[in-house]
Amino acid sequence: MRSNLRMAATAAVALLMQLALSPAARADELSDLKADLAALKAAYEQKIAALEARIAQLETKSSAAESLAAEAPPPPAPPPSSGGGQTAFNPSVSVILAGNYANLSQDPASYRIAGFMTGGAIGPGERSFNLDESELTFNANVDPYFMANLTAAIEADDSIHAEEAYFKTLALPHGLLLKAGRFFSGIGYLNEVHSHAWDFIDQPLVYQAFLGSQYATDGAQVKWLAPTDVLLEFGAETGNGRQFPGTGRHGNGMNSTALFAHAGNDIGDSASWRAGLSWLDQHAQERSFETTDATGTAVLDAFTGRSRLWGADFTFKWAPHGNSVQRQFKFQAEYMQRREAGNLAFDTLGTNVIGDYHSTQSGWYAQTVYQFRPRWRAGLRYDSLHSGDPAIGLVSSGLLPMTDFADIARAHPERLSVMLDFSPSEFSRLRLQYAYDEARREAIDHQLFLQYLFSIGAHGAHKY
Amino acid sequence: MKHVLSALFCWLLLSVFAPAHAALKILATTPEWAALSRELGGDKVDVYAATNAFQDAHRVEAKPSLVARARNADLVVAAGAQLEIGWLPVLLQESGNAHIQPGGPGYFEADSFLRLLEVPTSVDRALGDIHPLGNPHAHLDPRNIALVAKALSARLAQVDAGNAAYYAARGTDFQTRWQAAIARWETQGAPLKGVPVVVIHRDQVYLCHWLGLIELAAIEPKPGVPPTAGYLAQLVTKLSASPPKMILRNAYNDSKAVDWLSEHIHAPVILLPYTVGGTPQAKDLFGLFDDTLNRLLAAAK
Repeated sequence: MRSNLRMAATAAVALLMQLALSPAARADELSDLKADLAALKAAYEQKIAALEARIAQLETKSSAAESLAAEAPPPPAPPPSSGGGQTAFNPSVSVILAGNYANLSQDPASYRIAGFMTGGAIGPGERSFNLDESELTFNANVDPYFMANLTAAIEADDSIHAEEAYFKTLALPHGLLLKAGRFFSGIGYLNEVHSHAWDFIDQPLVYQAFLGSQYATDGAQVKWLAPTDVLLEFGAETGNGRQFPGTGRHGNGMNSTALFAHAGNDIGDSASWRAGLSWLDQHAQERSFETTDATGTAVLDAFTGRSRLWGADFTFKWAPHGNSVQRQFKFQAEYMQRREAGNLAFDTLGTNVIGDYHSTQSGWYAQTVYQFRPRWRAGLRYDSLHSGDPAIGLVSSGLLPMTDFADIARAHPERLSVMLDFSPSEFSRLRLQYAYDEARREAIDHQLFLQYLFSIGAHGAHKY
Repeated sequence: MKHVLSALFCWLLLSVFAPAHAALKILATTPEWAALSRELGGDKVDVYAATNAFQDAHRVEAKPSLVARARNADLVVAAGAQLEIGWLPVLLQESGNAHIQPGGPGYFEADSFLRLLEVPTSVDRALGDIHPLGNPHAHLDPRNIALVAKALSARLAQVDAGNAAYYAARGTDFQTRWQAAIARWETQGAPLKGVPVVVIHRDQVYLCHWLGLIELAAIEPKPGVPPTAGYLAQLVTKLSASPPKMILRNAYNDSKAVDWLSEHIHAPVILLPYTVGGTPQAKDLFGLFDDTLNRLLAAAK
């Protein structure tokens, strides 16, 4: 359009110049110019006609659209933008704040699970007011192929550690999922569940005794979902196995192996279930254990060998028509058995004598949680452990008396916990819990807790 | 045992590598979008609804059966606008299914084709469980269903190109029947214009907007927050002067607070299907609106 205007203007200027400059050549050139102008005019008229036709076409279209719009609701808005700019690409961030007040009848410093060589974080925590672990989670898709997640835990003692930091594939074919980094192992039911989503303030005794509360590994996990309408899921993991019940071994090898399988489905509209089997194979090298000898003197024993654990878990949930807003019932139970074989060193900092060691230990828990009103839930949990009689070479050879290993002599720790929680909204929860804890050999611990849990930031996920 | 295991293994191998089923597998998050998928997909699709009419789609867990369905789905049909934010993202991440990830053709969000009502100007959880993108319960305006149907027909044709002509024909047929039905409902529903009502959650907004019902109050003081006794007492005072003609209750709502209010302000509670399957009459999308209108009209007389 603009170039045509320019052409016309140039032609007009040229015409004026010609008129002014050379009267002699005027006649010829005038006719030439007239022809040029006529051609230009024709070209314009053609273009204008074309434009008019287009306008007419558009007008009929828009009137059709108007008549459509009159009967339809407002036309679709442009796709929602989450603010535009850089923030649109920020990962979703969520923060969990938790704290408690604990009233414990026994000194938590003397906490023991009788009969077990424990490690990791066990016990009811400190007395009085405590800040629980504060969790900071960042989560986003990296690109069309991966998602990444970081959960940093800020502990009450001001230390911060990467609780989970992993990436996971989104685009592998045939139901395959690969996860790598640091993550909670897929073994058991509760192992993958973060502490703020537990139904009780603490982990069951089997988790405390066998896995130091929760087993995470730096490694890789591959999971395969079968193409069936019933959930069938198989997973395998390997990693550095540095966490209890394993230890670092300074080797290049795969220091831990975990396998698990899950099945699950619905029963009608109202109920659903999941069952699982797990296997964990770990190696420990001089895994130390603080204990006391026959005279009551503190000593450090150490286990070196293989630690193999298998477990079974089952979860069942029921809600009327599957609507968990009003009422929901949840039952879950897990059984674990661990065999450790290798050798046990007594008093590594002193006498340091070594002998064979074999043990087969087991435990289970069962719990029910019932949401009896929209925001209220009550729960009951029973824990049981069987330490069995460990075969200690140093004792059977007569070198040391069994009283030097009093802490790991046969025991049957039990615990009964009841809880009541109130959730003003999906993002806040207050909990009252009482536990009658017979984990210690010598005394009963009455534990009373008041706990708060708050979630701010991105909407959390409702995992099963 | 060995035989059982090898049989299981063969069956699994077969199911992985055997050609996919003829039917397009659709996982719809809510009954209304499942019903629309059935209308538009006919016998070329195999539709599974993740929730039923008695469940609150905000409050669902990524349960095993849903993970399995997501694993095998060719297309996920969701309401969107963060209605399913508490569980659908986990489900998609856990599914091991690259086809249904957001952004791809196998992921369809109905609300993204609509202009939503009640888009908040500020987002703060102190205001309750609000939806930053607007009220997601958009299907109770049948004109929205027509818009979503158009987009879903196109999506079906894209995901299952072999049956594109079939979906196009079914889509046209549905639109013809649906537009006729809308005309009928609007004539039928004319007496409802200006009728004052009380709702529970703000999930009847689109219905009220379409029919011209006037929402005097919501029983939830804030979205997702159950009413306290004090708030209900305030409502009674507020509504006693000009009581609503009726209180609307969805099939999945609890009746306690509603019944209490009904007694105190002398307005009847009208149970509405809310979605397909919410009442025995709401067998499909047509039944949903037929029944909704019948119940409203009976109460408005």
